[in-house]
Amino acid sequence: MPRPAVRCDHVTLSYGTRRIWSDLSLEIGRDTFLAVLGPNGSGKTSLLRALLGLVTPSSGTVEVLGHRPRRGDPGIGYVPQRSSFDPDLPLRGVDLVQLGLDGHRWGIGLPNRGANAKVARAIAAVEATSYARAPIGRLSGGEQQRLRIAQALVGDPRLLLCDEPLANLDLRHQQGITELIGNWRKATGGTVLLVTHDVNPVLHLVDRVLFVVNGRWAVGPPDEVLTSETMSELYQSHVDVVRVHGRILVVGESTGPGFELEEPHHMPDALVDHEAPR
Amino acid sequence: MIDQLVRLLDYEFVQNAIAAGFVIAVVCGVVSRFVVARDMSFAVHALAEIGFTGAAGFVFLRLPPVLGLLTGASLSAIFIGALGVRVRGRDNLIGVTLAFGLGLGVLFISLYRQYATQAFAILFGTITGVSRSDVLLMIGMGVATLVAVALVYRPLTFMTVDPEVAEARGVPVGILGVVFLLIMAVAIVEAVQVVGVLLILTLMITPGAAAERLTPQPGRAILYGVVIALFCALGGITLALLINWPVSFFVTSLSFIVYAVSRLILGPLLQRRAVRGSETVAESGSRPNRSLSA
Repeated sequence: MPRPAVRCDHVTLSYGTRRIWSDLSLEIGRDTFLAVLGPNGSGKTSLLRALLGLVTPSSGTVEVLGHRPRRGDPGIGYVPQRSSFDPDLPLRGVDLVQLGLDGHRWGIGLPNRGANAKVARAIAAVEATSYARAPIGRLSGGEQQRLRIAQALVGDPRLLLCDEPLANLDLRHQQGITELIGNWRKATGGTVLLVTHDVNPVLHLVDRVLFVVNGRWAVGPPDEVLTSETMSELYQSHVDVVRVHGRILVVGESTGPGFELEEPHHMPDALVDHEAPR
Repeated sequence: MIDQLVRLLDYEFVQNAIAAGFVIAVVCGVVSRFVVARDMSFAVHALAEIGFTGAAGFVFLRLPPVLGLLTGASLSAIFIGALGVRVRGRDNLIGVTLAFGLGLGVLFISLYRQYATQAFAILFGTITGVSRSDVLLMIGMGVATLVAVALVYRPLTFMTVDPEVAEARGVPVGILGVVFLLIMAVAIVEAVQVVGVLLILTLMITPGAAAERLTPQPGRAILYGVVIALFCALGGITLALLINWPVSFFVTSLSFIVYAVSRLILGPLLQRRAVRGSETVAESGSRPNRSLSA
């Protein structure tokens, strides 16, 4: 039995006196696609930061790929929450992907045919070759996101962490990005942890979901977690989960009309707070 | 005019000025790329002005002002770097430090009356007063700066353009932030010799800001920055020797002209050409494509 890709054992994370989540225990096997869901401020990004070794839990143990989380783990590919590039920044897609390969190393970095070929392959795999030499700040959101994924995958990771990779993308680009991530997992047998506020675009790929609300959490296959019972328990108020046209909608009683997961701040009792400071 | 220039080259002070200008331009051209990308113009100002305080203090203590400049700039670099890792609130911290530093400088000047000429030199620059030993010191500091930049080049670029992923990939962003401020401090001490504390931005910002209009390639942007800095610094020194107006006036004017030309004429022209270029690539390549439509 191979060791799981990610293991959390009674993990509590807090910033100062504020608890982000408490007593989280879960195991994510290799070759699993896990969607991390929940309202804003529920600590989804913090979970990724803990796995990257950027924050240390106040109690409990975390294991990533068989060892304690450590910064710069080459086994992890990371797609951060989107921040746009300045249109005048002298940086091209190839440069961004190259930085993903050797940007953490010292020195200038002499031209290297092997590295160049690797970068070119990663860019070709996300079908970004035709615009990889244009200034990255002038590309569309979807194009930038493809290059971000190439950057995360260029080092051949075994675990891919994506923070809201589909936010602010139109449907076509959402599908494109989803497909890329799904294909990567199929081809490599890697593990995906994808933070999202809307599970629907990735639902067909997801094996398990982790839903976090106000420090409470539930984990399991979508059919078990995304139910009225579990959701009502997490939100501690009556919530209905409705399936319409193959989409999952979560509807809270105090909100009147139905809404989707992408409007989490209307959720009853949701923790209204900012993302973790850094 | 050429004759006049050739004759001037016989003077040692002219040779010194041109050698110093060359070193300073190369260093500033390289460093300004990162100053611009990291949005640190205000920090440049603070380091320079607290450097001025250091120089004033050293003159008061009968020590070499250049070393005072270096001490003031480095100490403030460490202080700002150690406290101001996050971007938010960074400018406040710099402002507070800057005001305190300049206040001290005022005190030093008032305590040491004969200081006025030297103060003027540091505030506005006097490249023609540079001695042979000053030039050697500048070359030493310049080489040290360039070696330091080369050593941290990749991680510094990474954390400048893509801080989240850089941190996740293990780049020590906190320490490197301080290291870059120290590199900046040394570059500032060099540049002050030509343009002075008050006009420091002309060599620490303009080359990088103009260069990024001309190319999307990070390496080339640095090269262009060096070429622009060389043109402005050496051009300014030459004009000052011929016309006998202040060096800093010519350097700042040339910088402004170069920036305006890059931004208004060359930049848009090159961009239009890049669009056409990528269209040809797309035609011969695999699939039709858009790019650079912005």
